[in-house]
Amino acid sequence: MSDHAIDHEHHGPAKGLMRWVLTTNHKDIGSMYMWFSFAMFLLGGSMAMVIRAELFQPGLQIVKPEFFNQMTTMHGLIMVFGAVMPAFVGLANWMIPMMIGAPDMALPRMNNWSFWILPFAFTLLISTLFMEGGGPNFGWTFYAPLSTDYAPPSTTFFVLSIHMMGVSSIMGAINVIATILNLRAPGMTLMKMPLFVWTWLITAYLLIAVMPVLAGAVTMVLMDIHFGTSFFNAGGGGDPVLFQHVFWFFGHPEVYIMILPAFGIISAIIPTFSRKPLFGYTSMVYAVASIAFLSFIVWAHHMFTVGIPLVGEVFFMYATMLIAVPTGVKVFNWVATMFKGSLTFETPMLFSIAFVVLFTIGGFSGLMLSIAPADFQYHDTYFVVAHFHYVLVPGAIFAIFAGVYYWLPKWTGHMYDTALSKVHFWMSFIGMNLTFFPMHFVGLAGMPRRIPDYNLQFADFNMVASIGGFMFGATQLLFLFIVIKCVKGGPKAEASPWEGAHGLEWVVPSPAPYHTFTTPPEVK
Amino acid sequence: MTTDAAKKKEDEDTYYVPAQSKWPIIATVGLFLTMVGAGMMMNSMSAKAPDATGHYVFFAGSLIMAYMLFGWFGDVIRESRSGLYSAQMDRSFRWGMGWFIFSEVMFFSAFFGALFFVRYFAVPWLGGEGDKGVSHILWPGFEAQWPLMTNPDPETFKGPAQLVNPWTLPLINTMLLVTSSITCTKAHHALIGNNRDATKTWLAVTLVLGFVFLVVQGYEYYHAYHELGLTLNSGIYGSTFFMLTGFHGAHVTLGAIMLLVMFIRIRRGHFTANNHFGFEAAAWYWHFVDVVWIGLFLFVYIL
Repeated sequence: MSDHAIDHEHHGPAKGLMRWVLTTNHKDIGSMYMWFSFAMFLLGGSMAMVIRAELFQPGLQIVKPEFFNQMTTMHGLIMVFGAVMPAFVGLANWMIPMMIGAPDMALPRMNNWSFWILPFAFTLLISTLFMEGGGPNFGWTFYAPLSTDYAPPSTTFFVLSIHMMGVSSIMGAINVIATILNLRAPGMTLMKMPLFVWTWLITAYLLIAVMPVLAGAVTMVLMDIHFGTSFFNAGGGGDPVLFQHVFWFFGHPEVYIMILPAFGIISAIIPTFSRKPLFGYTSMVYAVASIAFLSFIVWAHHMFTVGIPLVGEVFFMYATMLIAVPTGVKVFNWVATMFKGSLTFETPMLFSIAFVVLFTIGGFSGLMLSIAPADFQYHDTYFVVAHFHYVLVPGAIFAIFAGVYYWLPKWTGHMYDTALSKVHFWMSFIGMNLTFFPMHFVGLAGMPRRIPDYNLQFADFNMVASIGGFMFGATQLLFLFIVIKCVKGGPKAEASPWEGAHGLEWVVPSPAPYHTFTTPPEVK
Repeated sequence: MTTDAAKKKEDEDTYYVPAQSKWPIIATVGLFLTMVGAGMMMNSMSAKAPDATGHYVFFAGSLIMAYMLFGWFGDVIRESRSGLYSAQMDRSFRWGMGWFIFSEVMFFSAFFGALFFVRYFAVPWLGGEGDKGVSHILWPGFEAQWPLMTNPDPETFKGPAQLVNPWTLPLINTMLLVTSSITCTKAHHALIGNNRDATKTWLAVTLVLGFVFLVVQGYEYYHAYHELGLTLNSGIYGSTFFMLTGFHGAHVTLGAIMLLVMFIRIRRGHFTANNHFGFEAAAWYWHFVDVVWIGLFLFVYIL
């Protein structure tokens, strides 16, 4: 090993499967993250299809309620930890070293380890579905005592798979921080960094701060199940509400972990296709930092109805509303960037504009939910489902699509099929709105979430939502086709395929060479 | 500039990116087997269905992990000693270790947070304080107190008969760990001053102090289980007590192993007065477990 390692020569990728298993190259690892994420997206998505098929009509149709519960749980876990987070880590791996002029990630071997833990962790998680008693059935939030006293035996393996994902996330975040703080090219000062780099730096801090708290929460669950502790058992002086506090102290920053890198992608794309510099760069940086700070002091807004003291309800209500201020700054800046710009509507821009509009809708329904007295009506209804799917699907996932369409020519050296990619956009846009918009109405009317059956009055809207869901799901196979077609061939992409694009990643040729910036470029 | 100097300059400018490595995938397989084995052991224990398979899987995973740690760190040490690492690489390691320790701080924060929550909110509410108190329906007659000696449901969770007196063994342990932090710093200063014999001595003293701490802690657990009736099952006090001190003890063990490795490396002539980050990282970790102990001594034992 060491003789090999001393070799200073720069070489291309090794051949065969072992290239991917042993690689320390940030581009290889980034690609693996992206493909893994897409596989999980399809798997989690097919579970959503089971859910929508069951809810197509009232009454119990296709699956047993026990299995329905496992589907909602696994759909949430897989989408959060398997699809959205790894996709952003994949983009970080590919883009951060190129954006800051670094030769690679700071700790390349640890980078490989961060990735390879994930397929093993998800194998363990998915295998719980086939264990006696079935997989986790308590929702992705695994509230005690559903996850302790009433949990299936497979919960042990669920807990351990979460531990593995946490190890992966923490190491990935440490790597991102070390890379950004230590490997910037000369002249690349902090306030010259692209916003994608800034948002990832702050996201990495959030990850390091809260993934260990999740590890603490699952450890307490495990101890209550197997070792007779009473963290979440009031009979021993513990409290099930304690679980919710620990979980949401992780959980709220976690939802920002899934959106801040999206902000960074949108902040890269909108200026390019508006042919104007980003409006209010500095305020964007401070807004992201403020959102990250606020994310630590709002967690109990998930628990308004559990029975917390009035002073807690009031504090967490106002703290939550405060988040609207920096978020408003960001939306304003994106719109101001487009204002009087020379706009063109390439696919990344279409996804970005949809992001700004639809994420804002999700933000407003979040503002409604933040009002404690109103939340007593909304809590655990489909209104909540509509809200977080509006921030996660046209928020996080549209931003990932936008980023992929923006940087795919750089990765592959080919231009993708633009006509098909616009079909992908419009089908996703229509499908996603058909799925989630009606959920606002049935939620406000009182349809509870995580239940496989519903009152007859909700039948029409649920059928619309299911049709939209199938449409959105099927469309993602088109996305797979577009990407594979682009990897295989297509019109040659220039170093900078977009007219208005700026940044170091557009200086290197397309496809980006296996090693970029082995000697750091000078940034003026 | 001579060619040698130019070569040296180039080396300093080039950030070392290792070629392929087999260690991460070995680490992944080891971690996976350890986790699966641990899960099987716990499930067969709780199901009261003895099954040795889990033990074998866990043991195999642990062996692979141990092999990986030797191999991976061995590679890093060889690379470092052959001069492949620039000052920039050194900074990456520093950021890495620093933020790793921060993640550990947050892990302990979860358990400290749980301790404060049950003490100041959950237990008083169970005793009927405030408008959320409901225990009069479930457990009439339950009285809130801290430390909680009688649990709401004493049939399932028998409260502890006595608690550990902070001014006996825990005080001794506090002095042991604080002293070991000082001796660790003495070893560091000796290393900087190129006084390698003193480094070895102070490091050995640190290791002995850490080892004695663990022995005392083990004895305290034995005492708690067999004479005080304080166990993991004795309600929320026992839960928080053993989880906080137990995880701390595990971290002391890890820190001691790190320092032991540094001791062996110093005996083999590794490290120079101005290049010894491996030692510093272990020392940082040792100070971190010391600070956590101060928190434990204050909030778990005394207050």
